[in-house]
Amino acid sequence: MSDEPVRPKPYVGLFSQVSPSDRLRLRGIIDFVIERLIQFAGVSTIFIVGLIFFFLIREGLPAFLDIPLRQLFGGRWYPIDDFFGLWPLIVGSILVTVGAIVIAIPLGLTTAIYLGEFAPQWQREILKPLIEVLAGIPSIVLGFLGWVVLAPIVQRLGAPTGLTVFTGSLILAYMSLPTIISISEDALYAVPKEYRDGALAIGATQWQAVWRVVLPSARSGLVIAIMLGIGRAIGETMAVMMVTGNAANVPGLGLDMLFQPVRTMTATIAAEMGEVAQGSLHYSVLFAIGIVLFVITFGINSLAGRLMGTQAGRRRKENI
Amino acid sequence: MDNQILASTGDGNKIEVQDFSFYYGDFPALKSLNLSMKRNRITALIGPSGCGKSTFLRSLNRMNETIRNTRAEGVILLDGKNIYDPAVDVTELRQHVGMVFQRPNPFPQSIYDNVAFGPRVLGLAGGGSRLDQIVQESLEGAGLWHEVKHRLRTPALDLSPGQQQRVCIARTIAVKPEVILMDEPCSALDPVATLHIEDLMRRLAEQYTIVIVTHNMQQAARASHWTGFFWLGELIEFRQTGEIFRSPQEKLTEAYITGRRG
Repeated sequence: MSDEPVRPKPYVGLFSQVSPSDRLRLRGIIDFVIERLIQFAGVSTIFIVGLIFFFLIREGLPAFLDIPLRQLFGGRWYPIDDFFGLWPLIVGSILVTVGAIVIAIPLGLTTAIYLGEFAPQWQREILKPLIEVLAGIPSIVLGFLGWVVLAPIVQRLGAPTGLTVFTGSLILAYMSLPTIISISEDALYAVPKEYRDGALAIGATQWQAVWRVVLPSARSGLVIAIMLGIGRAIGETMAVMMVTGNAANVPGLGLDMLFQPVRTMTATIAAEMGEVAQGSLHYSVLFAIGIVLFVITFGINSLAGRLMGTQAGRRRKENI
Repeated sequence: MDNQILASTGDGNKIEVQDFSFYYGDFPALKSLNLSMKRNRITALIGPSGCGKSTFLRSLNRMNETIRNTRAEGVILLDGKNIYDPAVDVTELRQHVGMVFQRPNPFPQSIYDNVAFGPRVLGLAGGGSRLDQIVQESLEGAGLWHEVKHRLRTPALDLSPGQQQRVCIARTIAVKPEVILMDEPCSALDPVATLHIEDLMRRLAEQYTIVIVTHNMQQAARASHWTGFFWLGELIEFRQTGEIFRSPQEKLTEAYITGRRG
């Protein structure tokens, strides 16, 4: 033990050998560089999105110019005979997606509600990782499953073929379920416990608390969950290509339209892109399909944004 | 109603606690409590953080059961009936024993829907004008009617914290409880809003039995009739507020009260 007072050790950092004024300048430079790097990353992303859009338009525009709109959105898709009617493909995509949504939303939301509000801890610990595993299954494997297992069952139910809208919807639904479940469960989890307590303390049952307080409070998160699920469904290609039969026909209205083969927009692009001559009309029509898909997805996203925007505005007020 | 007659005399026990213990897992949070709370009186529970006063409050409407792995022993009588009897319906109990929380927790809905929540889930009003009337009476009871009557449909979260807390009180009294539990209802409020709530408590005590947990000695001294001092899960002293603050019998009580004052 020495009598000297204990001095704090001098700070030895990266710039401790540099004089204070230089250090300040150096810090300014580093700050500047980092800021520019971040700016570059941000701007380049936007730039690339712009490029993709430009590319789509450039390649797809001739289709809109060369083919009369009436024919382009007509009902006959026979590229070999120069009939480029997108209507069957759009209907196919919409049918399969809507079918998937109709199956996935109730299943997904109820699963999330069960997991988040009612399931005992041990069940949650088992189920949550299993759902993540479901999310990790490659879509092609699900398509395989649909082809080998599901399609024969659907056919046995009385459909002319096992490869139908319904088969595709079911596969897509299970593909989007993990997204919907885990994001909506997060949304439910984010609802403050005080809201539940408040409802329970008045004499509400647990279900009443969930239905009247928790779900409305989590609305924006649930909308995001559903939208992301839909996004996954509408953009999916391979699995759908395997199990929907790929016949470019417009099914007649009625319940049995779910049990007919269709062809989706994504499947069309994937199946035919390899066979077309670059620069041909068929080629630009495939890009036109891409534009239509882009517009639809963009529409869904901005709808989601608007639905959430009102909610976000309210939340911002809450924080004041 | 004989409740009202008894209420006017001001004595008679509304709540009697007999040998009540409460455990979080193996940890005893409350150790064999015995006390009784008078009808139409304000009972304050004081003590340092973690002493069990909030746990005790939440035992009175069995809200502790929303926490996993807890266990209650002993008896709590509400009007002579054991609320821990297996035959008791918890939701019905909570209708009779309302609760106001530490942080104002109105639902992210309109003022009207907040107050109407209880009557709706319990089916107390058919809706329409009867419901309107309940909402108005409850808001009047909470001293908020004149401030919000023109904007019942606006979000309750747009109100100030003090007003939000009064929405919560209105929401609680909308189901006509007999007891109101308050868990540090003013800790998130400014002094003016706090005095507002205390005035309100005194008025509410004419109709309801009130139990309040508070960290604020002055609040207990100002606003309550009876005060209980908790320490490490035990009830150290429980007497009339005037006496306990003027001449505490226990060393611990005195140390706590004076320590806080000084």
